[in-house]
Amino acid sequence: MLAILGASGCGKSMTLKCIAGIEKPDRGRIVLDDTVLFDSEKHIDLKPQKRQVGYLFQQYALFPNMTALQNVICGVRVGSKAEKKQRAMEMLSRLHLDGCENQKPSQLSGGQQQRCALARILVNEPKVLLLDEPFSALDAHLRFNTERQVENIIKEFGGTVIFVSHDRDEVFRLTDNIAVMENGALSSMGEKHEVFSEPMTVGGAILTGCKNISEIDIKAPDKVFAKDWGLELMVPEVSDDIKAVGIRMHDIILADQNDTTAVNSFSCKVTGEIENPFSYSIMLHPDGLDSSKYILMDLDKSEWNKIRADKLIIEIPPEKVLLLKQ
Amino acid sequence: MDLFPLLNSLRIAAISTVLVFFLGLFFAYYIARLPKVIKGILDVILTLPLVLPPTVVGYLVLRLVGPRRVIGKFIQTIFGFTIPMTWWSAIIVTVIVIFPLMYRTARGAFESFDNTLMYSGQTLGLSNSYIFWRIRLPYCRQGILAGTVLAFARALGEYGATSMIAGYIPGHTATISTTVYALWKNNQDSEAFKWVLVNIAISAVVLLAVNLLERKERKAANSSVS
Repeated sequence: MLAILGASGCGKSMTLKCIAGIEKPDRGRIVLDDTVLFDSEKHIDLKPQKRQVGYLFQQYALFPNMTALQNVICGVRVGSKAEKKQRAMEMLSRLHLDGCENQKPSQLSGGQQQRCALARILVNEPKVLLLDEPFSALDAHLRFNTERQVENIIKEFGGTVIFVSHDRDEVFRLTDNIAVMENGALSSMGEKHEVFSEPMTVGGAILTGCKNISEIDIKAPDKVFAKDWGLELMVPEVSDDIKAVGIRMHDIILADQNDTTAVNSFSCKVTGEIENPFSYSIMLHPDGLDSSKYILMDLDKSEWNKIRADKLIIEIPPEKVLLLKQ
Repeated sequence: MDLFPLLNSLRIAAISTVLVFFLGLFFAYYIARLPKVIKGILDVILTLPLVLPPTVVGYLVLRLVGPRRVIGKFIQTIFGFTIPMTWWSAIIVTVIVIFPLMYRTARGAFESFDNTLMYSGQTLGLSNSYIFWRIRLPYCRQGILAGTVLAFARALGEYGATSMIAGYIPGHTATISTTVYALWKNNQDSEAFKWVLVNIAISAVVLLAVNLLERKERKAANSSVS
């Protein structure tokens, strides 16, 4: 299972559509297992009907004029009428939709609609499952449970799954391998922990939720000057193609408040706070900086309520500084 | 009262509507996929009969199939009959006159179709014709139904082009509308008035049917939303 993480309009849905044969790429090659689906040079362009690709659309695309059962029957490729119906009923019950078979899609809840769409796809026996922002149409409080259900369904499916999303939390929870897409090209790809700890580009850092990003001047192999914050930062090792650094909000820690001599510790003025459900995002303005730029730091609610200071000494562990290419 | 005009009107309208139903759907579906320039030109040509006076349509058709014209002469020498002044010649002009009504409403309905439904059908392996008849048409049924009924109502009321090509032969080509004119011209005022009432009654019933269908559709749509 692979997740493609990207901002809206970066080309992730387009990628899925090209695989499914709904959109025609200008050039290139798409191969699924041993089957060439598309090859611009050899003029191969299999019809979507022949590709055996399961595509779960954002809004599920259930046929509104048919019942849940009729929708799933549409997905069964071979068999007599009775066999098709039986296969569809089995799949509906596997996805816990017993009793919904005679309801129209509009009478089903969001989660049921999604499972119905999945049933229709799974009964089709696709070689690959394409999930296009599958949870974006659900209310936030339903998402987590639906995610777990879909996770189980995917595990049972066992085949290749490509999952597209702009939500880094969702992507991290659901998959082990992540590819980050920017402007229609993959900018980094790999095991999720690696991708999240080492985003290669500024865009990747923003997508994976990094709030503090600054351009830099390289001062020494292990020292950079972060222009936006006016800070000199010690870093593990920096190469010439590194143009910026990023620091995740929760990687910034409170230093010993009487000591500014520790590595990468800085005195900052507190210029604002943003209350989140379970934490505060503190806006910090480094001492001696002229501009209005700030650094965001995440603090537990109880912790911040204890301190409530005007000034804070923060520490940025060098190994937590993300080195970013443009 | 000789009922021939009523039956003739109904059969001309019914046959024309069936033909236009398929023709309209076909053109509405395929023209939407053509390149822009060709689409624009075809759109103008196909919609033209809507704004042209029916007499102009009748004139143009007569120029094509009149017994002394190229096609008319050809048909006469090969098959041995002439087209004008037959009851079914009215179908030719009626189809042309009512075609834009079906074509335009069907096109509007097709444009409202959610294409992801087609894509999901395709990835599931459903044939394009299955998708068209079983998913696209039911999805667009309201607009298509409205177009069909409007086309039928207009076909019943066709006068100008019909009178030019089929004329008025009682018992052969007379329709309600041509009968009303002929009776009025012959000072058979009370006879003409009867046919006027018949015409109004049929048209009212058709329009009432459209309204009822629309209300039913709206109710179904509302209940499915909530």
